[in-house]
Order: sequence, then structure tokens, then C-alpha cells
Amino acid sequence: MTVTENRVDSPEIGKARTRKEDARLITGRTRWTDNILLPGMLHLAMVRSPFAHARITSIDTSAAKAAPNVVTVITGADVADEQGSLPNVWPLSANQKTPPHPSIAVDRVTFAGEVVAVVVARSAAEARDAAELVDVDYEELPAVLDLKEAAKDEVLVHPDLGTNIADVWQLDSAAAGSGTSVEDEIAEARENGIVLEREYRQQRLIPAFMEPRSFVCDPTGEQVTLWSSTQIPHIVKFFTSVILGIPESKMRVIAPDVGGGFGGKLQVTPEEFITVLAARRTGRPCKYTETRSESMMACHHGRDQWQKLTLSATKDGTVTGIKVELLADLGSYASLLAGGTPVLGAFMFNGIYKFRAYQFNCTPVYTNKTWTDAYRGAGRPEATFAIERLMDDLAVELGVDPLALREQNWIKHEEFPYATVSGLEYDTGNYEAATAKAKEMFGYDELREEQRRRRESNDPVQLGIGISTFTEMCGLAPSRILGQLNYGAGGWEHASVRMLPTGHVEVVTGVSPHGQGHETAWSQIVADRLGVPFENVQVLHGDTQVSHKGLDTYGSRSLVVGAEAVVRAADKVVERAKPYAAHMLEASVDDIEFAGGHFQVRGTDRGVSMGEVAMAAFAAHDLPEGIEPGLDAEATFDPDTFSYPHGTHLCAVEIDTETGGVKLRKYVAVDDVGNIVNPLIVDGQVHGGLVQGIAQALWEEAVFDDSGTLVSASFVDYLVPTAADTISFDIDHTTTPSTLTKLGTKGVGEAGAIASTPAVVNAVLDAVRRFGVKDIQMPCTPERVWKAIHGHGAGGDEPTEGGAMPHFDEKDVADRSEGAAQ
Amino acid sequence: MTRISVKVDGVAYSDEVEPRMLLVHYLRERLGKTGTVVGCDTSNCGACTVHLDGSSVKSCNMLAVQADGHEVTTIEGVAQNGELHAVQRAFHECHALQCGYCTPGMIMQSIDLLNENPDPSEEEIRLGLEGNLCRCTGYHNIVKAVQQAASEGKGSAS
Repeated sequence: MTVTENRVDSPEIGKARTRKEDARLITGRTRWTDNILLPGMLHLAMVRSPFAHARITSIDTSAAKAAPNVVTVITGADVADEQGSLPNVWPLSANQKTPPHPSIAVDRVTFAGEVVAVVVARSAAEARDAAELVDVDYEELPAVLDLKEAAKDEVLVHPDLGTNIADVWQLDSAAAGSGTSVEDEIAEARENGIVLEREYRQQRLIPAFMEPRSFVCDPTGEQVTLWSSTQIPHIVKFFTSVILGIPESKMRVIAPDVGGGFGGKLQVTPEEFITVLAARRTGRPCKYTETRSESMMACHHGRDQWQKLTLSATKDGTVTGIKVELLADLGSYASLLAGGTPVLGAFMFNGIYKFRAYQFNCTPVYTNKTWTDAYRGAGRPEATFAIERLMDDLAVELGVDPLALREQNWIKHEEFPYATVSGLEYDTGNYEAATAKAKEMFGYDELREEQRRRRESNDPVQLGIGISTFTEMCGLAPSRILGQLNYGAGGWEHASVRMLPTGHVEVVTGVSPHGQGHETAWSQIVADRLGVPFENVQVLHGDTQVSHKGLDTYGSRSLVVGAEAVVRAADKVVERAKPYAAHMLEASVDDIEFAGGHFQVRGTDRGVSMGEVAMAAFAAHDLPEGIEPGLDAEATFDPDTFSYPHGTHLCAVEIDTETGGVKLRKYVAVDDVGNIVNPLIVDGQVHGGLVQGIAQALWEEAVFDDSGTLVSASFVDYLVPTAADTISFDIDHTTTPSTLTKLGTKGVGEAGAIASTPAVVNAVLDAVRRFGVKDIQMPCTPERVWKAIHGHGAGGDEPTEGGAMPHFDEKDVADRSEGAAQ
Repeated sequence: MTRISVKVDGVAYSDEVEPRMLLVHYLRERLGKTGTVVGCDTSNCGACTVHLDGSSVKSCNMLAVQADGHEVTTIEGVAQNGELHAVQRAFHECHALQCGYCTPGMIMQSIDLLNENPDPSEEEIRLGLEGNLCRCTGYHNIVKAVQQAASEGKGSAS
């Protein structure tokens, strides 16, 4: 009997393995949802509201229905009784005001871009042509777009709710017993110390994943199958079933190759439900693929907060208290996580510092804009931005080096585990080590010296140095804590490991990758755990019929929670295999040792390979007493607490004071993400995160005009950075393993995006503070920086000049009709 | 409808197409060349980049009828005899892709860039890829991959 040779010589974990996923992606043999064609498939086009707030007075679909190859047109009224309301799983409290959220608006639209009708036709082009023929009459209603205005409740987004304020949520260290009273600390500092009061803006961002969302629903056969470009097939399955009334066992969701998400595909979307509704009504497979403009307009947005902050410190710079008052823009509906997203930052405004008192207040508010939800980092970038900006401001106030001030206040490596003022326990970390390495790589002292020279010589190009010493909470999430936070589900993850007769292994994971490289990393982990070759491991995911149990991918959870479930399932396989090995070797189970893919009788050279055991368990000809055939095992892992990656990021920018242009000069990131499974993948995650965070600091902003139209609704106007805007990075790692899991990983997906934004803005301000500039609102465009330097709106918070806004020139009245003079 | 004759990845096709049909839709929907993808509607993202007679074009920015009589190469046609193109190999080895959606266009543009300039500086690479957006990699490893492919090219030329 031939079995696969199973011995593996060196550990896979820690190897920079190139990815298994790449073969199909670099050759174009991919399975994006939009590639799917099914017999008789119909195509959808959406009719969307041009108004931010309006009553739908009538919809005439007759012309559209009469257009060539149109099968039907569906309005909100047509499906009012069956479409239900899109889910919000994280109401902050029982008091949260949550409006019903129809997939197709029935009588009222609440943001520009909301779907009001759906055309179903034989081709996508014909559907789109006919969508132009749907005649909708609106009665425009007053809209409220500005977050602070909305909080005044003068114009209501949902009149039935009686207010725009969805809820209020507080975390207080005195009440929770995790610290002293923040008001007492602030009062004390007003007398004898330093109080900083600041208001920072988190602009609205668009996730802008590269693959536009696409959905295909096949209602033929016993099951309803939905292919979705989603991060969360299991959650989509649950809600499609529950809300649209399809028995859970008859619903199957498949996330095939998915082209990025960054939180933007962590949603149960109207378009998803509409595709299912259309398929159900027509009885035929239906597909909807959005255009980029639709994606920008109607995919949920991220961030969008005002942060009012009060920090107290003693005169020697020891921080004592921090009070946070957040206004968070929900847009016009409560999305899947809604107010839960800013609350994910609630535990992190104290950062890595030893505050005595803390209070976090969050007020999520409805406005007539695209609804918001998670975007890479979700709550933690906002918190990190606030505290890291404040630490720089405090250093300026005290006239001390900002790194020295941080070190004075941060948790020392010998103080771990450390109970924070927000009620978390940081298990491991070493801020000194990461910072020392970052300083050396950066050439901190040399750059400070260059900065001094440029300042003294009044160089038109000034140098700024920005710091961000951050931490975050990852490994979402302990189900018990999610329950306490009123979240609607748990945070566990599931895996199963199937030993095939040939000794090959199939790993089924409940997480759902869309670029993270799980197929490669999970293979490395299982190869080590079972002693099988990396190549012999196949990772399966993203199809609820294959991976029947899981909670999907977001919040840097996959490796920390998802891979831990894989480890535990693999360890169970080994335990299940031991009685077989003992039986085959005629030894006692207690004498069997497992290492490197081999079971051996302790103290002898008698052994069998995992492959041989797998074959014996498959054949089942000679079973040990009381043991059932097979070695397969599954495990569900629910973390006890969180993991806490941290790092020191240093950024140098050059600012041309004559133009306001900001140029990245050098960027160093030293991250402690715990044990590293694949350094190639980890570094890639850091690079990508850095650029997304830097883009928030310098380039990206979702801009609405006065009537509520998103004017940055394409890549012409929404400035996703290009290769020419960015630089190569200097990154490295320090390692303190997490104590949460056997793997000791901490999570890396969001680190770059969380840390980099304040590093860049701190660098910009460090360059221009000498001109009296105290704040520049993000994105720090050349216009804002120039105005701040030259005293026109020193806060840099004036709206962008009309001429610099993306727009079509109103004066352009050229006649381009056929035959017109050129 | 207009009849066009076009060679795609070495195979000759003749089809009736609507005059308004974009080249990318012709490739995807008529020929099943789904390796080439659509990422935007303003020709900014470059995900749909292919080669027309050996030079890169954004296939969303061109009508199928404009390709009549021309030769198109997509990501599915750059590997020869089962051997990956040096740029494909470099993207894999340098981890220059994550979700992979921009990758076909990014590889096609990188090949074009190296055809035009076999020994580009980092800045020339960055400027040469300016018309192709990637949201995952931060471009760091894409630049490295193009550098690696360039240095391999130098090796084979000498």
C-alpha cells in the first residue's frame, strides 16, 4: 500500500511562502461573481433617487416595461409586504431609535442614491436603457446633511422617530470601577495642571474596494443560491433567510473570488436582497453588478465623526484623564453595525498610556446621506487619531520631544499584563523595543537635525516629523463581551479538518478571505500541526454549503480567531489518530508520541505516518475497539478576550510652503503583531493598510454638495492614491506573542490603516506649526495646507474653493450637437 | 450591428456587435475572456488594461468596433507554452497582489512599461503605473515586482 510521504523537515510557520491563491489571479482564471453566466439569466438595473430626501408621489413604469427585452420592473410598493427591513445587529441599547430600512424605498427616499425601482431585462445594457424610462415623481422634502446640524433636530431624517439622534452610549471609568472620575481629574488639572481641549474631524471616506459589488441569485432547484461579492457569506445567508422568509436550510450563499472589501463588503445590502427578490419573482437566475459610481454612492461609507476631546495632565506631562464626546454620522439608516462601529473605538482612546480616568460618550446621528458602517479599522483609527494627535499637542504645550512624552506615559514592558482605564487587560507588548527599532531605522535624530537647519534657514520646503505609537484591539471577538455590548451575535469561529485517505488534508474555515491569503497561511499552519506537506493542504471557504458554520472576515479576526479554530481541529485529528496508531503498532495509546507527521512508540523506532493512519482509518478493516472510522475533526473557538497588536510609526513629510504641497519623504513602521505565520503576507497587509491610512490624511474625502449629491462619486473626484502618489516603506517587526491563542498571533489586517493617519497629520503639523497653524482638517490638501500657512483660515477647516471642487463647469454651454461649429 | 474581425490571444474571431459595445464587454461577454475585469466607469482604474497590437489600452475606453482588424492580448494570453511571463512570475514572487482584482490590468500595464523602458527607475515605474489603481498592496510590492522583472530582463538580454 502506497501512502504519501508525510515528513516535513522545517517549520512552515514563519516562512515567507508565496501564495497559493496567486496562480489563478495572475493568469485571469478567476471566479468573480460578475463572471457567472447561467442559462436564461436576467440582468438588473437600479433606478436611484436623485434627491437626498423626498416623498415618492408616483412611479410610472409603463414605458420601461414596454422597452425591448424588459421582463419586469419592480417598485418598492410591489414588494412592500415581502422585502422586510435590512438588519441592524448592533443596537447600542434597547432605546436605540432605528427606522425601518427597506431594500427598495416604498414612499420616501432618505439619501441620493437610494433604490426606488428595479428593471429586470435580458441584458444588462437593455436593463440600463429601460431604467432611464422609469418615470418617478418626487415631492422634495427638507434634508439635513451636516452632522452637527442634524444633531440639533431642526430637520428630521425620519419624522416618525421624532429625532435624528439614534442613541447615546457611555463608558465611564469611575462607574465601571476601572479608574477615577474624569471630571475630577479635569477639575484638578484646571487648577494645578494642563488641560487640552480639542475638536478633531474624521472626514467621510469610501471603502473603494476594486471589485464593484456583484450578486447572482439562482432560484431554480431545491435551494436558492446566492453568489455575492461579500466578506460575510454566513451572515448574509442568515439574514436573507430570516428576512426574506427562505428556510435557512434552503438558502446557500457563495462568496467566490472577492476583490477586496476593507469593511465595505461587511454588509447585508439592499442590492443583495433585491437580486433575490427579482429571482424569486421571475423564477429565473438574476444578476446585478453595480457601476463604480453606484458603488461610491450606495455602498456604505466609513468614519465621519466630530471628536470633542478633553485631556488632563499634570504640569510635568503625566496624563491623568481623557474625556471623549463623539458625534457619529450614521447616514440615513442604521446599517448592519451602525453605531457599533464608533463604539469599537470606545476602549481605545486611552491608547498605550496610563490614564487614571476615562469617559467615552458617543452620539450616533442620522443625516440624509449614504449610510455608514465599518471601514478598515472601524472605530480604532478614530481613537488612535485622537489620542496620538493629543499627545503631540501636549508635547508642544510642554515644549518637550513628543517621543519622550509618550515614553513618560506609556505602559512599560515590565508592567504587562496591564489593566487599562477603559477596562481591558493588555496581555503583552513592548513599546520601548518597537520605538527603539523605529527610531534607528528612521534616523530620528538626523532628521530632527535637518528639520532644525531648514527652520533656521527659512527653507521654503519645511520638514515635518510625525509619530504614532498605537495599539488596537483585535481578534473580534469574545461572544460574552459582544453580548454585554448588545451585539446580536457571537464572535467565535469554526473550522474542520478532513483527513483524506491519501494523506492529503482539506481544511474548511468559517472565515471568508478576499485578498488576505488565508489559503496559504492556513496551509502553513496545518502543515506544521499535522506534519503534512504544505502542498497537500487544501483550504475551503466562502460557500455556506461547504463551510456550513462561520462568522466570516473582518476586524483582523481571521488569523487570531479563525486560524485558532483550525489549530484546535487539527489537534483533535492528532488525538483521534493516536488510538489507530497504537492499534497499528500494537502499543498502548499512552506510549504514542506525535511529531513531524509521525506517530512513534516512545523509546523505540517503531512508527507510522499520518498518511498511513489516514488510509487505515478510511479502510476501517481493522478498527481499534470502540473507535469509529475516520479522523476528521472540527472545532469552534471563542476567544476569552482580545489581542493587542501595537507599533511605532514614524513619518517624515516635506511641505512646500509656497504651494502647500505635501510630499512623503520617509515612512517607518515597526509593528508587533505577535507571532508571524507568513512574513510576506504580513508585510503586504502593513503596506496596504499604511496607504489607506495615509490616503485619509492626505487625499480622500466623500464630498456632498448642498443638495445632498455625492460629488466625489467616481475615481476622478475621489482620490484613491496611485503608485505615483506613494513611496516605498521601511517596515519591520518586534514580537511579543499574544497569550490568547496557541499560535500567539495578534492580527495585522488593520494595523497600518489605524496607525498611519495620525503619523502623517502629526508630521504635516510639525512642519507648519511655526506659522501659527494648530490644526488642518483631513484630507490635508495643498489648498488647505497653503491656506493654513498663509493665515487664510488657520484651522484649515474652510470648505474647498468652488474652483477646486470636482464639478462640471456651469459656464460650459458649448453646443456639441451634431453639425455644431467646432 | 457591425461585423468586426479581431484576433484575441492568438485566436481569430469574427462577430456582429452593437456599435456601442465596449471592447471590455466584448472580451468578457462574447469571448468569455473574464480574466479582464471592469473596475470603474471613468477609465481611471486600469483594471481592464489589455494590449492592442502590443501596446496597453484600457479596454473600457475603447469600442469593440475600434478593435476591428487589430490584435488584442489579454492577461489570459501572456503566458506562453505553459510558462508564466516574467512579470506574472515577479508579481507572484514579490507578493504584488492581494485580492487580485487589479492584477490583470496591473500586469498588462507593467509589461507595456517594460517594453517601452526596460530599465526604469523607481520613479519611472511609479509614473508608468499611475493609470492603474490598487487598493490592497499600497503599491510597494508592485514596484518591487516590476523592478525584479526588469532585472531579469537585463539578465536574459546580456
